[in-house]
Amino acid sequence: MPGNDRSVDTVVREVCAACGRDPTRMLDIVRGVQRRLGWVPEEAVDRIAAETGAPRAEVAGVVSFYAFFADRPQGRIVIRLCEDVIDKLHGAERVAEALVEELGVGFDETTPDGLFTLAWTPCIGMSDQAPAALVDDVVITRLSRDRARQMVRELRGHGDPHRLVRTWGDGNNAHPLVRAMVENNIRHAGPVVLDGFERGRALEHALRMSPIEVIREIKIARLRGRGGAGFPTGMKWEFTRAAPGERKVVICNADEGEPGTFKDRVILTERADLMLEGLTVAAYAIGADEGIVYLRGEYAYLLALLEDAIERRRRDGLLGRRILGRDGFDFDIRVQLGAGAYMCGEETGLIASCEGRRGDAKNRPPFPAQQGYLGRPTSVNNVETLCCAARIVERGAGWFAGFGTKDSTGTKLFSVSGDCRRPGVYELPFGTTLGELLERAGADDIGAVQVGGPSGRMVGRDALERRLSFEDLPTGGSVMVFDTSRDPLWIVDEFMRFFVEESCGFCTPCRVGNVVMHDAVRKVRAGQASAADVERLRALAGTVRTASRCGLGQTSPNPVLSSLDAFPERWRRELRPARRDDLLPTFDPRAALRAAELLAGRSSTVFPPGEEDAR
Amino acid sequence: MSDTPRAGKPRIATCSLAGCFGCHMSLLDIDERIFELAELVEFDRSPIDDKKKFDGRVEIGLIEGGCCNEENVATLREFRRHCDVLVALGDCATMGGAPALRNDIPLAECLREAYLEGPTVHNPERRLPADPELPLLLDRVYPIQEVVPVDVFLPGCPPSAEAIWQALVALIEGRAPELPYELLKYD
Repeated sequence: MPGNDRSVDTVVREVCAACGRDPTRMLDIVRGVQRRLGWVPEEAVDRIAAETGAPRAEVAGVVSFYAFFADRPQGRIVIRLCEDVIDKLHGAERVAEALVEELGVGFDETTPDGLFTLAWTPCIGMSDQAPAALVDDVVITRLSRDRARQMVRELRGHGDPHRLVRTWGDGNNAHPLVRAMVENNIRHAGPVVLDGFERGRALEHALRMSPIEVIREIKIARLRGRGGAGFPTGMKWEFTRAAPGERKVVICNADEGEPGTFKDRVILTERADLMLEGLTVAAYAIGADEGIVYLRGEYAYLLALLEDAIERRRRDGLLGRRILGRDGFDFDIRVQLGAGAYMCGEETGLIASCEGRRGDAKNRPPFPAQQGYLGRPTSVNNVETLCCAARIVERGAGWFAGFGTKDSTGTKLFSVSGDCRRPGVYELPFGTTLGELLERAGADDIGAVQVGGPSGRMVGRDALERRLSFEDLPTGGSVMVFDTSRDPLWIVDEFMRFFVEESCGFCTPCRVGNVVMHDAVRKVRAGQASAADVERLRALAGTVRTASRCGLGQTSPNPVLSSLDAFPERWRRELRPARRDDLLPTFDPRAALRAAELLAGRSSTVFPPGEEDAR
Repeated sequence: MSDTPRAGKPRIATCSLAGCFGCHMSLLDIDERIFELAELVEFDRSPIDDKKKFDGRVEIGLIEGGCCNEENVATLREFRRHCDVLVALGDCATMGGAPALRNDIPLAECLREAYLEGPTVHNPERRLPADPELPLLLDRVYPIQEVVPVDVFLPGCPPSAEAIWQALVALIEGRAPELPYELLKYD
């Protein structure tokens, strides 16, 4: 175990000192302690609380909330296999079997020699090169049974995940600071985000305008947030600028966690400077002096590249004091690395995480624009949104609004994955039809398409003429294709399991509702449900949608509701007629009695075995 | 199950499954109105008149308690087969209640604590109860709505005598019970 020669006390003191004993840096502190000790023991939690002055419960809360933090000993190498639905349809379960056989332990277990821990993890943003896994911070793509076995054998030999990477991907994936096997898979580069970019150009244009004029330009371009919700960016900036407060904050949401989305991965790899420039333009417009890029823990392999880009901008006078010589324009950016939590993609959860706390959603109002990070007015924008903002300032609102539709201007990056010949990133104008996108992606046999990830909606072939846009078929980027051999109910089952796993547990409708909905879906799949059960499920879905506290629970019923709309006959096929005068089909007395029969050493005479169908 | 409808007063059947009979006690708490009830209905299968079996169709079935064992399930099924309207009487029938506290603990562990390893247990032969006369336990306690379709829920631990009375009168008169807020407020 790394660092076992050092006492917990010394490690915690050193790590906390390096982070200024600042409780808002709790994620970095816990990560640092875990890196040195291999995990975060109770004793370390006590010591961190004492060093930082944070309540002990908050420290323990952080350790338990984030999937990448361990409150029990784990192996020296942690293999996290991506369990996303797309990875599964590309054979992740077969890879899982091979890993279990080769390692001799199951999931969430550690090998007796303390070398490996095996775990599942939700989408790691590699759906275009699935099945994929994280081996510590190293991304391993296109796994097969054989490659998985080979990987474990090699690691037993040299113990260094980095040495598993023998060929580097294209573009900056081969950069000395990255050296990843990840491929960009840019299938179509559009004119806005993926066009060439010269560092500083947008900022020079911005500084020729007043901050108010910059905001006006963004509003004229009718830019809307690219993360999914589509809130008008100019309005968000205006609110943040107008909110009372000495210090203001701009945050880039690079916590791309919606399963099936990987376009921000590509932007961060190839256009990090454009995003950083957008963030700096936002700071200028809003009057912010502090910027944070919240990078999801799964993309830790891009951290060095991103920090290098930030450092170079400092050297070139594009960050720091008196940016481009402008008096009073002082702004700098830090990167906050996440630690595996879908919740943190929600902006208030993300802000909480930046503050060093669990990524629980906050109550609104106050909105982040009024009181966000550390109570300061804060604008949180998606990676792609910031790229668009920089371009608008560089090339003009009219130019930008010339692409797309009336209510959805500009281009959009779509991450296409699943059953298609050319999975990858497509930058196309908003308003492109779903059919056109899927034709480009080489999807020949289309059964179902999930647009916008699990929280989006499931559509069938009859939706191919619909337009990808806020006014018709919105998506934050994720487009998953399933051919006619895939069962829509299986997909719904997978998505509901995801939401059960990722619910932060704060509010009851989401914490309990998702579990009950998932159970109901599984009962339908098991052929135990009647039409009345589906009606109850639909009613419950409405309750969860209405009563949940944040976007997670407000959208988690979507797989159920949209598949009921798109594939009603598929649902109906599994239903059994309900008999009002008998046991419900969902109640299985044989299953309920199994444990007692085993203990009593006899079978039930009231519900004897073999009479399952007689009742 | 096809019972022939019978003429005369409406019939009521009651039973207590995994309950404490508190809901039945609350029914008796209607005090002198018990005479009025006796005028309005006829008691069929029920611990109140000690009638053990159904012999025809019954209009209203009151179920106290959830299902903790196979006998509960069989009884509940009998009630569902014979009753037009099935009422979940009280919180145990509706949600499992106190008996469902065991639901997070595996059955084997419950029995081990109760019969083998509890601090006050004297069981030198270390045997778990397994007499064929004893109904087998279910893996957990099920609220009755998870076992059969339920028509009416009367919450409360127990529902007050007034709540039971008003609900029964409504059902006898063929209405859906609509209880005022005061009867559904417990603090």
